[in-house]
Amino acid sequence: MSESSSFILDDQEIPFMPGQSVMQAALTAGVFIPHLCYHPEFRPHGSCKLCTVKINGRPATSCTTPAAAGMAVESNTPEILDKRRTLLQMLLVEGNHFCPSCEKSGFCMLQALGYELGVVAPRFSLLYPTRPVDASHPDVLLDFNRCILCELCIRASTEVDGKFVFALSGRGIKKHLVVNAESGKLADTNFSLADKAAQVCPVGVILPKRKGFAVPIGQRRFDAAPISAHVDEFKPVVSAQGERP
Amino acid sequence: MKNTDAINAVLKRHGNDGTRLMQILRETQEALGWLSPATLTAIAAGVNWPRSRVESTAGFYSFFHTAPLGRYRVLWSDNITDRMLGNMDLMRAMCEKLWLEPGRVSTDGLVSVDTTSCTGMCDQGPAVLVNYRAITHMTTARVEQMVELIHNQTPVAEWPAAWFRIEDNIRRADILLTNAMTPGDALRISFARGSAASATLDEIKKSALRGRGGAGFTTGLKWEACRNAPGHGDKPARYVVCNADEGEPGTFKDRVLLTRQPDLVIEGMTVAAWIIGASKGFVYLRGEYRYLLEPLNAVLARRRQQGLLGENILGREGFSFDIEVHLGAGAYVCGEESALIESLEGKRGVPRNRPPYPVTNGFLNQPTVVNNVETFAAAALVAKNGGDWYRGFGTAKSSGTKILSVSGDCVQPGIYEYPFGVTVRQVLEECGARDTQAVQVSGPSGICLNRDEFDRRIAFDDVPTAGAFMIFNQQRDIFEVVRNFVHFFAHESCGFCTPCRVGTTLLKNLVDKIADGNGTRTDIDEIFHLNRLLQTTAHCGLGHTACNPLLDTLEKFRPAYERRLNLLKFVPAFNLDAALSQARQMTGRDDAGAHLEAAQ
Amino acid sequence: MNAPRKLKVATTSLAGCFGCHMSFLDIDERLLDLLEFIEFDRSPLTDIKHCGPCDIGIIEGGVCNADNVHVLREFRANCKVLIALGACAVNGGLPAQRNHLDLRDILAAVYVTEEGLAPGTQIPNDPELPLPLNQVHPIHEVVRVDYFLPGCPPSADAIWKFLTDLIAGRTPHLGHGLIQYD
Repeated sequence: MSESSSFILDDQEIPFMPGQSVMQAALTAGVFIPHLCYHPEFRPHGSCKLCTVKINGRPATSCTTPAAAGMAVESNTPEILDKRRTLLQMLLVEGNHFCPSCEKSGFCMLQALGYELGVVAPRFSLLYPTRPVDASHPDVLLDFNRCILCELCIRASTEVDGKFVFALSGRGIKKHLVVNAESGKLADTNFSLADKAAQVCPVGVILPKRKGFAVPIGQRRFDAAPISAHVDEFKPVVSAQGERP
Repeated sequence: MKNTDAINAVLKRHGNDGTRLMQILRETQEALGWLSPATLTAIAAGVNWPRSRVESTAGFYSFFHTAPLGRYRVLWSDNITDRMLGNMDLMRAMCEKLWLEPGRVSTDGLVSVDTTSCTGMCDQGPAVLVNYRAITHMTTARVEQMVELIHNQTPVAEWPAAWFRIEDNIRRADILLTNAMTPGDALRISFARGSAASATLDEIKKSALRGRGGAGFTTGLKWEACRNAPGHGDKPARYVVCNADEGEPGTFKDRVLLTRQPDLVIEGMTVAAWIIGASKGFVYLRGEYRYLLEPLNAVLARRRQQGLLGENILGREGFSFDIEVHLGAGAYVCGEESALIESLEGKRGVPRNRPPYPVTNGFLNQPTVVNNVETFAAAALVAKNGGDWYRGFGTAKSSGTKILSVSGDCVQPGIYEYPFGVTVRQVLEECGARDTQAVQVSGPSGICLNRDEFDRRIAFDDVPTAGAFMIFNQQRDIFEVVRNFVHFFAHESCGFCTPCRVGTTLLKNLVDKIADGNGTRTDIDEIFHLNRLLQTTAHCGLGHTACNPLLDTLEKFRPAYERRLNLLKFVPAFNLDAALSQARQMTGRDDAGAHLEAAQ
Repeated sequence: MNAPRKLKVATTSLAGCFGCHMSFLDIDERLLDLLEFIEFDRSPLTDIKHCGPCDIGIIEGGVCNADNVHVLREFRANCKVLIALGACAVNGGLPAQRNHLDLRDILAAVYVTEEGLAPGTQIPNDPELPLPLNQVHPIHEVVRVDYFLPGCPPSADAIWKFLTDLIAGRTPHLGHGLIQYD
């Protein structure tokens, strides 16, 4: 690798291939940058803003910023960690995140990042939105209370499944997930548990029925090691050109 | 069935083209009153889009309703200037007479009353939209008459014509507003410069014209970048888009330009088309200006007859260009150029990740020039008179003139066109402002100037502006001004990114807490904390600038906050005694134990 | 040299299930070590009815009725440091799951429209009973809170680590495995 195709991330030299984003290069090098809407198999989205870093002194979203030689990237600094903590707290007060009754507890990225960043309090007043669950589908439960609007299910259903089962409606704080049916019910779509969209939710919205709490506490995904130690699981599976396989 | 016929007629008119979804939804709603679940299904089938995507678009815009909102939909413009003219009292009076709560539909389904973001009638408020038609100068008498007309179910088309008269209120005109150019002159002179459009592009560059929408990007460079950008795919094309989504509260100069100088604007677009090599253009007109649609279409039709639009313009072989007016539907964020393009494509108005920029990847992923109404009008003058002539106006770094939309506390609100470099003080004197406390320049996302700053100049290198100029005298409460702006941003956030979606609502709640007398120093600190987060992590300019009114006024008008603060270190954000109201109601209790002090 | 003064600690459960208190007792024999450094004021362990001046106040549970507000204010007024212990105190927890329902509908459903109610049943209105709040609130929405220890319940190890840090004069730090939301 030539000398020029690397940048500095918190005093560490990170090599990159042309077309890689700052996030992809960092993950490939084994450095974790917190994220929720980024997924190794999908084009970057840049909406959760958890992956905000400072590049040459200016804030930028690391999942959407192409890596460039000689960049000075700050990620693990008190200032940026504080911003990420506040963003997590915003998501925690925006929805109804009641971990003790959530089937995804121990597997949830929002929760794991809260642990990683030491978020112990919501900081703000909770908004307690009213978001009825959709239990109409025979195999899948939708619990919108936990939705963080990362749009991964939308992207998966659109780009991989070709079904357009999920979309967003509303605007601003009233933005919410909708499904592709006049009734508004998942049962009236062609959604299936085998869909890619059923596999990508980083939190606990899309849940298989009759399969809750299967793994005992202590053995769940993020029980043994913090999410940053799982960096290998987030390494990009894209080609050097940044295209999906 | 009648509904199906109506939907099919609209679909047919738009060639079942999903990218025209905004127009399809609007016209269907105009025909059917609202967009029912079945209607959305029919439209989705008609344009061959997944239904979820159609619902997604319909749910984004304030002026599309997926629930019935009455045969009469009354929306009170809620800019701070409307408030200063008493819109809240009038709306309350209207609601009382209609036995209605704001935001609700009457039980008989006849009428609903609500507020909406600034409708661009600040010089003639209080203003309302009734079924998306603008009515100005609301008074108690007009409210009473209007309630009568609604009760009698008189069609809006039969309401007094005088109510719908929109005044131009041009108080000071300069090169743009006095211009009486014969339509086609700018094109003829451009063509005469030589067959290569580069000669006229050079004039645009020489003029140093900068975008009038707020960001101030150099127009010539933008056009050149688009001209040099390759088209994409098997149908490469380039597009010219006129941003007439004038949504910044307090701004209404584009409305007047499109009323008084539509030929200048369209000619500017046509010159741009010739320079960049576009054959198709759009005017993206904000939904609040729905009444301008027919007059603008008439101007376009006339220009087609005059050979100024369409095939082989002015006989110039191979130069074909035509323009369509697309209406928005109540979303401030669509003023951001990439969100505007998304909307033009029939989608939610969410700003794109950039780069790439619209000049290389814009409408339908093709190179696209997006400019403000005033920029195109100025460009037409440059094309006709040359760059050197244009640089004769304004200052060295800010050439030409700027149209200001003046409103608030002054004798003569309206439109003032000045060469760049005019001082704030001169504008205040000429519009008859007395005892001025503050001026909000360029709207909520702009800058709040106090009286120590009135010698500053309107110019890109001093006080840049998209045009709004709202004046507040000493009697006004600056805190209420800011509160209005903070509510505005929370309402208009597109919701794409976390910091803006949640942060603007948290800021709104904090400011309301201070308004209720429950704010503490801690809450002021929290406002600063949130603002720093929004400024650094938000996805687009809306989130970045949503903090400006708070930060500006906390610096310049801090007592406006401090006199509302509670001395206590901590006060709950909600009213504890009110939180017992439902239990009191259900138990019938009113003893001492059934109440709580707000704070202790 | 005199032994240092023992820290006074008060604890209570508001809209909680006492599960956090049970988890506190789960520190088992370490409780005896702890008692070298602390003594209890108002607490279910002492049955003292009102809180006197304390160094540390530990609140389990959220705020669901007027009495919770009074007790919480008593703690805030008397405790130098106030700790939100467990999910309910931190974000409302299980009791807050009623927050998307209208309280009037809940009261009517339970005391008026429910089938099989004894004749003459009405919504309790005895002034001795605290009125429920329209919504359940985490305690930081009602008083200022100094520290948060999440978990449903927080583990005995987390409570031990948190309190020993605090007693030793360190800012409590939980770290992976001890910070948990469930």
